[in-house]
Amino acid sequence: MTKDKNEDGVDRRAIRAQIDENLRLVYREALSEELPDRFRDLLAQLKAKDGSGKGGTE
Amino acid sequence: MSGGGVPPAPADPRDRLAGAIPRLRAFAISLTRDVSRADDLVQETILKAWTNIDKFDPATNLDAWLFTILRNTFYSGLRKTRREVQDSDGVHAATLSVKPDHDGRLALKEFQRAFDQLSPEHREVLILVGASGFSCEEAAAMMGVAVGTVKSRASRARSRLAEMLHLKAGESLFSGSDGATQAVVLRSAAAGS
Repeated sequence: MTKDKNEDGVDRRAIRAQIDENLRLVYREALSEELPDRFRDLLAQLKAKDGSGKGGTE
Repeated sequence: MSGGGVPPAPADPRDRLAGAIPRLRAFAISLTRDVSRADDLVQETILKAWTNIDKFDPATNLDAWLFTILRNTFYSGLRKTRREVQDSDGVHAATLSVKPDHDGRLALKEFQRAFDQLSPEHREVLILVGASGFSCEEAAAMMGVAVGTVKSRASRARSRLAEMLHLKAGESLFSGSDGATQAVVLRSAAAGS
């Protein structure tokens, strides 16, 4: 009986804030996953191929 | 035929790919909830980006461009493996049996479990606008939908999460009122479409 519409609106905002805070944590956790070497290797390969094979290697 | 007419662009956008990978991968992990799948997606995205770099407008946001390639790759892969992609609404909302701690704070692990249950479309929109800081307009461009769709999808996704986590307006979150342990209304969303 203590909840009125006002409080309901505040709750909604609080829920949303809490969800968004957790979303940022989820994303940050994903960001902190250690990067495997494969991407660096891939880029190095692509770069090498591009550099040596200018004009199209056959 | 070696044309000396085209001066090399001062900054090759391809040199910026490496720096974008951590964010790209975090997005992929958020989307797939599976690191090895995410890594395959990132790999594919890098390859596509590298070969299509001429289609990138350096005046625009590289992250947004890469995220778009990645999510398109992801969804076309989904379409291939699963016949029907879940519509953002037709989600099997398995209700988790978790409740906020008695102090009202959500444990991150519980949140993550709920997040995992969302459809990829819902995870995507929440990560784009809720966590990685893109505007609704940018997200709309990346997702290929109208801005209004982004907003309503994000709002539905938040409600879905709140529902799974039994967060309801009226149920106090931050006060430690232990009456919160009262029977939790499991509003298991009508599973039917």
